[in-house]
Amino acid sequence: MTIFRQCLAALFCCLATLASAQSFEELVAQLPEGKFAERAAVVAQLGALGDPRAVPVLEVLLEGNLHVLKSNEAIVAVREVGSDDVAYDALTGEEFGIIPRRGSSKIRVNNGLRRDIRAAIGTLTLRAPDPALRLAAADAAFRAPNPDQLELLQSVRSDESDSEVAEALDYAIAATVLESDLPDEAQVAAIDTLREMGNQDALSVLTPLLQATNPVMAAAAKDAVAAIEANQRLWNMAQNVWFGLSLGSVLLLAAIGLAITFGVMGVINMAHGELVMLGAYTTFAVQEVIRASFPGLFDWSLLIAAPLAFLIAGGVGVAIERGCVRFLYGRPLETLLATWGISLILQQTVRSIFGPNNREVGNPSWMSGAFDIGQMTITYNRLWILLFSLAVFAILLFVMKKTSMGLRMRAVTQNRAMAANMGIRTGWVDALTFGLGAGIAGLAGVALSQIDNVSPNLGQSYIVDSFMVVVFGGAGNLWGTLAAAFSLGIANKFLEPWTGAVLAKILVLVFIILFIQKRPRGLFAVKGRAVEN
Amino acid sequence: MKNFGKSLIFAGVASALMSTTALSQDDTIKVGVLHSLSGTMAISETTLKDVMLMLIEEQNKKGGINGKMLEAVVVDPASDWPLFAEKARELIEGEGVDVVFGCWTSVSRKSVLPVFEELNSLLFYPVQYEGEESQRNVFYTGAAPNQQAIPAVDYLMNEEGVERWVLAGTDYVYPRTTNKILEAYLQSKGVAPEDIMINYTPFGHSDWQTIVSDIATFGSAGKKTAVVSTVNGDANVPFYKELGNQGISAEDIPVVAFSVGEEELAGLDTGPLVGHLAAWNYFMSVDTPENDEFIETWQAFIGSEERVTNDPMEAHYIGFNMWVEAVEAAGTTDADAVIDSIIGVTVPNLTGGMSTMLPNHHITKPVLVGEIQDDGQFDVVWETDDLVAGDAWSDHLPESAALIADWTDPINCGNYNTTTSSCGGGS
Repeated sequence: MTIFRQCLAALFCCLATLASAQSFEELVAQLPEGKFAERAAVVAQLGALGDPRAVPVLEVLLEGNLHVLKSNEAIVAVREVGSDDVAYDALTGEEFGIIPRRGSSKIRVNNGLRRDIRAAIGTLTLRAPDPALRLAAADAAFRAPNPDQLELLQSVRSDESDSEVAEALDYAIAATVLESDLPDEAQVAAIDTLREMGNQDALSVLTPLLQATNPVMAAAAKDAVAAIEANQRLWNMAQNVWFGLSLGSVLLLAAIGLAITFGVMGVINMAHGELVMLGAYTTFAVQEVIRASFPGLFDWSLLIAAPLAFLIAGGVGVAIERGCVRFLYGRPLETLLATWGISLILQQTVRSIFGPNNREVGNPSWMSGAFDIGQMTITYNRLWILLFSLAVFAILLFVMKKTSMGLRMRAVTQNRAMAANMGIRTGWVDALTFGLGAGIAGLAGVALSQIDNVSPNLGQSYIVDSFMVVVFGGAGNLWGTLAAAFSLGIANKFLEPWTGAVLAKILVLVFIILFIQKRPRGLFAVKGRAVEN
Repeated sequence: MKNFGKSLIFAGVASALMSTTALSQDDTIKVGVLHSLSGTMAISETTLKDVMLMLIEEQNKKGGINGKMLEAVVVDPASDWPLFAEKARELIEGEGVDVVFGCWTSVSRKSVLPVFEELNSLLFYPVQYEGEESQRNVFYTGAAPNQQAIPAVDYLMNEEGVERWVLAGTDYVYPRTTNKILEAYLQSKGVAPEDIMINYTPFGHSDWQTIVSDIATFGSAGKKTAVVSTVNGDANVPFYKELGNQGISAEDIPVVAFSVGEEELAGLDTGPLVGHLAAWNYFMSVDTPENDEFIETWQAFIGSEERVTNDPMEAHYIGFNMWVEAVEAAGTTDADAVIDSIIGVTVPNLTGGMSTMLPNHHITKPVLVGEIQDDGQFDVVWETDDLVAGDAWSDHLPESAALIADWTDPINCGNYNTTTSSCGGGS
């Protein structure tokens, strides 16, 4: 492979020297033709030419918007204006007008070519005024180290003022030195630089050096890889805890509504998952309206959807309670069957209205992407979901413990006859309690729409997990649900790397079954007379 | 006596009625459609039901087959595998259909096989599958592993220089068999066992954090790494979302998928996925007159310009046209006659070639590798020079290397062992 790479580099070298004969315009004209490898050579020449005009052309090519007009074979950049595709001359930016459907053919790029284009753009933008561009250029140089660029990189590095870019350039220079035939001392110094870098990218450069024929370098690489890997193991533990917390937050969200309907009221609500699904579809509907009418509000879509989802799912919950469940109190088997039937009805209703396919729910910009803490990647969507689940939990706890509504709910579920004697309208409280649980399921749906499929089957995949969490935590105890969700999440994530996802899930289930044998009332059992009857 | 007369009249009316229904039955050819319209698989299968209705309508506009109109009989097996067998029996025995187009998952196909064998009817199966099977009553119009998985791996190996492989799949028969074949194939190409990582996840898996981070770690060994994904249906969306969120782009670690088509991408913002790959025998973006016409007919039929077409739809298009030609040639819809006459039937596919039904009941197809674009479509980056003949029994597995399927005389066997020259062996 390295031989192949060297040959390729040598080939590029030759072509680059030849290229001086070819003008910028001639090179651009060659972009549409030939195999990917031939066009990669053209792109490399464009990069080596150093003509700044190449940058916009290459960027358009990278985005896949460089087309060839079928009418006059002109190379054009295509941009969407409204619903029309408008062509602009790739070199001069002159407008050609609207192109008809299938009136142009796209200049195709594949992954390999995209890498080469990025490297070429990198070469051309190493001295760009914008530090973000320079950073991207340094990263591109790191990913495609080219010994011919070493001098350029070093001279850019000596002029660099931005510390972040300078660091990235140091790594790029180190990676480039390792590809070059500089003496051992320089190479070992480069290995030390990468050791400081200490992440997976550094590993991917260093690991192949373990097989180096030069014993000095192999030894230095071995030390560096061992140090990085030891460091990574520690970070992996932290990463697993984070993954566990994140899975736990999803479990908590899915289960917390059930902790009310099943945990507090004792209704086995098999339609719980479908209430979650309704919340997710509410988010979809809200986003559709926003896309069509108020595109500027897209980042707010989840905040708008949350109260609506609460009301819709809560409303459906109240309807289920008044229309069906209230006739079945004290008959768990019938409740189970009836609510299961309702779950099928809800699923098929949604399927008839929205179709069986997945619906696209977009992530607002503040929920996309990730940031790094040390060697750990934390994705924004998971972070927000964790915070959201904790917020929902806190609000629910407040409602149950500190408001008069919560007091009534607890009174009715603990001793219905006594509560009725005290003048509480128990039927009304039942409906509201069920509605509260259902509404919270709807809120969960808003969050889950961000990480899972929004399809009519969404709820099914969460119903078993939800019951698992509530039973494990101890029915009737909100804190138990919280503890159960996070401990199951973390246990699952620590098991998964060893056993695989399938076995990890089975092991967790087996553990819960055994645990329930020992403590039938779960982690935090509710004590008192109410439980005994 | 009066009563007797009444009942006589009643019997007369009844028999008259019966004979008219019998007559109308003779006048039409019934085509069974066995696709789930509810449950987990509805997402994929509903579209196939619609495309069958469209094909039947189009054929009727052309005057049916041999002067007889076609009539679709649609049933819903509800993604419930044993129910597939019951519904197949209902179609063949109860409704008297002459042919059935249906099934998606391998387990549903395995569940109906004995029914079609026992009642000697015809099934056209339109989905890519794991191979290692050939049944006299079944025609496999989707891809066998050598028409999808192997060429895709070849592409990654030769064009992208991939040396390290993650085989990720959902835990059921199709991914397990395909990965077994791929593992054997990769090792035969000199890939070391430690450069292959195999990972299975449950159906509908939604928490991909650990696996994606494992893949990133596995990919940091300095060798070009790729993921070969046989992850099924719904689980793909969270998988790709997690890849995008953890910042793994196709330029670093490309993912080639065998179950992700235009329909699956419809529920996804494909911006972060540009460059990930899929291998199929058809893409909606293929620029041929046949395909343009097919897309136009489909969007007019379904009444929406948003709806996409995909590979299994093309498989039904090919399979249906092959069956029509075979029935026209045989002059009857009788299963035995069609099984004989359909071998060698050649019809145009939608990618500009001609597909032929082979004696092993698989068909010839081109293999295309496409990259996901930000509009949810695929751009073809590579295709085989020629059509590839479907191979029922993989040559890369020791237990099936010697087996072939040939439903013509003199072999007439679905699992013929070429070393012992006898029928039987394999599963």
